[in-house]
Formats: sequence, C-alpha cells, structure tokens
Amino acid sequence: MLEPIQALLTPAVLGAIWAAAKAVIILLTLVLSAAYMIWLERRLLALWQDRYGPNRIGPFGLGQVIADMIKIFFKEDWTPPFVDKFTFILAPFIAMSLMMLAFALIPITPNWGVFAPDIGMLLFFAIAGLAVYAVMLGGWSSNSKYALLGGLRSTAQTISYEVFMGVSLMGVVIQAGTFNLREIVLYQEQHLWFVLPQFFGFLVWCLAGVAVTHRTPFDLPEAESELAAGYHTEYSGMKFGMFFVGEYVGIVMVSGLTTALFFGGWDAPFSSVFPALKTVPFLWFAIKCFLFMSSFILLRAALPRPRYDHMMSFAWKICLPLSLVNMLVTAGFVLWAGN
Amino acid sequence: MVEFAFYVAGTVALFSTVMVVVNTHPVHALLYMVLSLLSVAMVFFTLGAPFAGALEVVVYAGAIMVLFVFVVMMLNLGAKTVAQERSWLTASGWVGPLVLSAILLVQLLLVLEPLQTTAPIGTTVIDAKQVGIALFGPYLLAVELASTLLLAGLVAAYHLGRQDD
Repeated sequence: MLEPIQALLTPAVLGAIWAAAKAVIILLTLVLSAAYMIWLERRLLALWQDRYGPNRIGPFGLGQVIADMIKIFFKEDWTPPFVDKFTFILAPFIAMSLMMLAFALIPITPNWGVFAPDIGMLLFFAIAGLAVYAVMLGGWSSNSKYALLGGLRSTAQTISYEVFMGVSLMGVVIQAGTFNLREIVLYQEQHLWFVLPQFFGFLVWCLAGVAVTHRTPFDLPEAESELAAGYHTEYSGMKFGMFFVGEYVGIVMVSGLTTALFFGGWDAPFSSVFPALKTVPFLWFAIKCFLFMSSFILLRAALPRPRYDHMMSFAWKICLPLSLVNMLVTAGFVLWAGN
Repeated sequence: MVEFAFYVAGTVALFSTVMVVVNTHPVHALLYMVLSLLSVAMVFFTLGAPFAGALEVVVYAGAIMVLFVFVVMMLNLGAKTVAQERSWLTASGWVGPLVLSAILLVQLLLVLEPLQTTAPIGTTVIDAKQVGIALFGPYLLAVELASTLLLAGLVAAYHLGRQDD
C-alpha cells in the first residue's frame, strides 16, 4: 500500500519538498523578526530617550507584539466609500509581498537561502522598482489630498533614489564579476569584505536602502506634521497593518542585503586567525543583520526630518555623481589590475 | 514545462494588452499595461533571456510606467473622463484598426511560416555577460549613438527645467 507513495518520493521530489520547507521556514522567520522589530524599535527608542517603553506584557514586554497583532486583526477594516476600491485593496498587498519577495534573493548561510539566480541583483532592482506602485496606488486610490500628496512625494523621492541605488551597487558587481548574490558572498570569503574597497558605494547604498524602506530621514511621504499620515491616511485595520509590517519586512530585507553585499554575508570576521568562528555561519549573518536593523532605529532616534527640496537635491547633486565616479574608478581599477 | 509557462505568459500578455485598449478608466488601463509589460518580461524569461526580462521590468514596468501613472494621477481624471471614453469606444471605431491589424497578423504568419522549426525553447540561456560582450563588440556603434541621443535628451530636459531668475 505504501509502495506507490514510496515510488513517488524520489530523491528529486524529496529535495524539492525540503527546499520548499526551507523557503517557508525562512519566510516565517522573516515575518516574525519583522514583527519583533516593532517591539525592538519601541524599546530602543525608549532607551535612547530615557523612558521604559512597552514593558508590561510578558518578559521585557515581548508579548506586546502579540497583543498588538490581536488588536489589529480584530479592528474594523473600513474601506471609505470614496476610494477606488480595487487599487485601494491592491496597494498594501504590493507593499508587503514585494518586500518579502526580495528577501528570497538573500543568501543566508552556505546551504540556506531560497533562490540564487544569476541575475539576482537585477531582480532586486526590479522588485524595488515595482514597490513604488504600492505607495503610489495607495496615495491615489484614497482619493484624498493628504494621501495623494504623500503618494506624489514618495514617488518622486523613490525614483530619484533608485537611480543611484543601481549605480552604487555596480562597483560590487564589477569587482565580483557577477550579479549572483551567493557568488558575491563567496567572493568576499576569499577577498576583503566589500565595505572596504567599495566604501563610497556602501555610503550611497545605505542612503538608498533607507529610502527604499521609507524610514526616517526619508519618511517625508508620511510626514505627520504636514500630511496627516501621508499615503496611508485613509487605511485602517489590517490593510494599514500590511503597510506597517511591509515597512519592517523592508528593514530586515535591506539589512540582510547590506550584510550580503558589503559585509561578507555569513562569513566570520578574523576567521583566518580563529577558524573555529566559521562553524556558526547563521549566527554571523544574524548578528550583522541585527546591527543594521538597530542602526535603522538609531537613525530615527538621532536625525530630524530634512526639508523635501534638500533631500531631492542631495540625491541628484551629491549621491548620483559620487556613485558614478565610484563606478568609473572601480571599473578602471579592475581593468588595470586585470592587465 | 517551459513551453507551458511561455503560453501562459503569452496569454496574460495578450489579455492585458487588450484590456489596456478596452478599459475606460485611465489608471486601471495603465495598470493593465504594467501587467502586460510584466508578462512580456516573463516571456523573455521562458525564452532563455533572463537579463532582457529583468531589464524589461526595471526599465519599463519600474521606471517608465511609474512616470506615466504619476502624470495620469496628477491629472485628477474623474467619472467624466470614464463616460467620455465609453462614448468614444463605439463599434464603428473598431472596424478600421481591426482590419488593419488583421492584415498585419496574416503578413506576420506568412513570414513566419517558412521559418517553422521544432526546436524546444529555453534551452540556451543568454546571460548578462554575453549581452555585454555583444553590446561592446559588434553593436558598439549603436551603443554610442544611443548614448549620444540620451545625452541630447538630458541637455534638453535640463534646458526645459531651468529657472530664470
């Protein structure tokens, strides 16, 4: 009776099932860490502002996330009568799912990671480009002034910052000779981490990465002092929750990407001196990710919001030329070293 | 398997392109156009050109269409435009374009007929490196001309956006 089942379970099928299970585990870990980012952010902000933050529910207030989730799931999900219904519902789905999709490209450890295509980095650019639609459609379909203005601002900002985001990462691509993120990490295991040879690329990428997630100081689309809540003014319940969680998933994703591109991914520091450090690749990936996630929060705690025109001219007049020069110098250096 | 994906993506591309024309709501029509570009990118993937597919998404769906939607969003078109579009989409307006595109379709089929091969698709993959070598080898002149054209566009845009004060 079991034979037909056993015949079906060839090694190839078992491998596919295991790969799918891994992908699901990675997805769940991503969502869970994004949810706990909210708790981490509130606690760290409180710490830096001499307060306690949420510390009532469970140990260290860790249960706060569960309480908040229960609250937001049972809130009335109200769709205002004046909105464009289909796009209004579509926008939060785009916001959350695209950020999750991009995480699939990130290599986590030597044998964990969802998908490592040869055009990995280009796929990330594609996903980041499509993610604009979430904010744009959310702002437009809400059919209200604040939301539309927030959507317009954010679209202009995201397009400007995407231009040099692509250019800033080209230095890494030129040095590693591939778009494949896994191979970029493997290259860094053999050579220096890219943060040193590509320092200017790293600086510019940091700004672009923060802009992708719409976090402070790039949260002008939702500047509450002038735009109410920006593009998600009209959203409530879980649809707002999806925008909210999408933002935190984006933070985890950008942190993971920074780790993989510039800080050697799972590679352990000083591993040539202490080879034993190499035995826990996931721990290194997690530590580096955590540092970047915390620095997102530190940015929010430390920096005020810049003026909109300052931000735009900074993108076009400083970041774009800097990343172009960085790309040219890298290309020239690689050609010179190759000869 | 690859052929199945090809036909699915092709069907989606055809359907969404028809919807771009038929839809009376400007923003919804543009969203169908984004979908159409995405499915064309999928067709490129199935044909073994992932680099071209990724660029299709980055450049067309992620940048050019964003600007289109951006402008249409700002025009604040309401129910009046939808009604106007609906009144323009009459049966008599369909005849001319349908006949002309049917002629082109027949022509295309006649051209493709002698080229019929049974080679399976998606067996060779053209990656980014090969595209780059081709662009800076045999097609170098085209690249240079395109970059000159882009530079001219850039200068013109700068001139138009200049503030006299």
